[in-house]
Amino acid sequence: MSSFFSYLINGISLGSIYAIIALGYTMVYGIAKMLNFAHGDVIMVGSYMAFLAMGSLGLPPVVAVLLAVVVCTILGITIEKIAYKPLRKAPSLAVLITAIGVSYFLQNTALLVFGANTKMFTSVIKLPPVILGDGGVNISGETQVAIVVCIIIMIVLTTFIKKTKAGQAMLAVSEDKGAAELMGVNVNGTISLTFAIGSALAAIAGVLLCSAYPTLSPYTGSMPGIKAFVAAVFGGIGSIPGAFIGGILLGIIENMSKAYISSQLSDAIVFTVLIIVLLVKPTGILGKKINEKV
Amino acid sequence: MAMLSVNNLQVHYGMIQAIKDVSFDVNEGEVIALIGANGAGKTTILHTISGLLQPTRGNVMFEGKDITKIPAHKIVSLGMAHVPEGRRVFAQLSVLENLKLGAYTRKDKTEMEETLKMIYQRFPRLEERKNQVAGTLSGGEQQMLAMGRALMSHPKIILMDEPSMGLSPIFVEEVFKIIRDISAEGTTVLLVEQNAKKALTIADRAYVLETGNIILQGDAKKLMNDESVKKAYLGE
Ligand SMILES: Nc1ncnc2c1ncn2[C@@H]1O[C@H](COP(=O)(O)OP(=O)(O)O)[C@@H](O)[C@H]1O
Ligand SMILES: [Mg+2]
Repeated sequence: MSSFFSYLINGISLGSIYAIIALGYTMVYGIAKMLNFAHGDVIMVGSYMAFLAMGSLGLPPVVAVLLAVVVCTILGITIEKIAYKPLRKAPSLAVLITAIGVSYFLQNTALLVFGANTKMFTSVIKLPPVILGDGGVNISGETQVAIVVCIIIMIVLTTFIKKTKAGQAMLAVSEDKGAAELMGVNVNGTISLTFAIGSALAAIAGVLLCSAYPTLSPYTGSMPGIKAFVAAVFGGIGSIPGAFIGGILLGIIENMSKAYISSQLSDAIVFTVLIIVLLVKPTGILGKKINEKV
Repeated sequence: MAMLSVNNLQVHYGMIQAIKDVSFDVNEGEVIALIGANGAGKTTILHTISGLLQPTRGNVMFEGKDITKIPAHKIVSLGMAHVPEGRRVFAQLSVLENLKLGAYTRKDKTEMEETLKMIYQRFPRLEERKNQVAGTLSGGEQQMLAMGRALMSHPKIILMDEPSMGLSPIFVEEVFKIIRDISAEGTTVLLVEQNAKKALTIADRAYVLETGNIILQGDAKKLMNDESVKKAYLGE
């Protein structure tokens, strides 16, 4: 029983990280109507930034995280400006291929700059573990922080979108760019802001991920990126609560499969569940039907 | 000097030329009707005026300023609002959120609250439903919302694209009554309609558009009695 509880908590924690990454996918999809497959690699860049800031520059963890966030925010805005903005009116396949290209570009640049060998990441979290049930359940500091950070991000983001003008502009752009423009909303600026937020979240997710699973290589972002994309689709792509629910469920399913079925098969199980969900509800758990208005 | 003047406008969609050579003026305080059959180019002209489309030739002048190259989101704060064809309310947002987006470019909050009060007076139904999601309103109510949303920017001129389209006769009457009221309060109106009869009744002057060209223009009352207009657009 206590081991079940441990697996559950660890699954929720892993899922929290997926959810934070999935938010970036889902917001960019909702507003720019594109799948940014380079999103996972922004995570990796953020992790390297934090790694270098702590290791080489000897900066305190909080400063290292801030630095990673700033670098990734700038990187996200730059990628959008250079790679995606010129394709605003291009067919979605062209945009998709460009996104895959950006992903390889980031991986190869990291390979060139940081080398291929895996680095050992020092956790930024110094919180003691919580021990429950006579030592049967051990919740590490990393596990606790990931869950708490994810909840804070959800609350802040939801409030931002509901209560601020910029947030309302995002919703308007996601529904109808032309009508939003007629209200005086700067659509390009709003898309930039979305990339900025998504990339800042990617940096936070990267640091949390590498703190919990302390290896770092140029390919670190790739698999979590794909899983978070699955989580976003799972929850209903374009939906913010959907990304949260999708992420958490994915983390739980993955961890439970590893624990009770097979650690080799866990990814296959995750994807099988996704396929079943999409067969039953093609728009994902919370997804709404997207009416493609011209 | 005209408040809004469109000069030798040409607009293309790729290779297709939708607007061939269109010029017209709107003076301050007027209600101008732009009528024409489906596909004549009415929506294209309005989109070009409000900056959603770029013309291949010609220009748009607003209060003496060339606004042809100004992006749509900056034109709103110059005092121009656009009620688009098909209403295009933000279906997933509430009525109030839609109205607030209409005032997106306005800085003064108390002024905005006053405009909101006035809009609620004009459209009591919108106040009753302010927390309802716009997508669940009826077509007529959505049209009221689209108009209210445009008025939230406190425009000098309002462009309306087929506001009566697809509405029940009662709502059609209401829409035209509102346009009259808006005009009476001093807002200039450029009205695009397929319902030529109604449009000509409330307009001061009108332009008749056919496949990208203006083929007739003049006093609305005179056009209403014009034989070719009667035949082609009034169904007489
Ligand atoms: N997005 C578009 N792409 C290509 N052609 C278009 C587009 N929008 C309109 N058109 C064409 O331009 C012409 C004018 O259309 P429009 O301005 O919508 O007419 P109206 O509003 O008078 O019905 C039509 O022939 C229409 O088919
Ligand atoms: Mg039209």
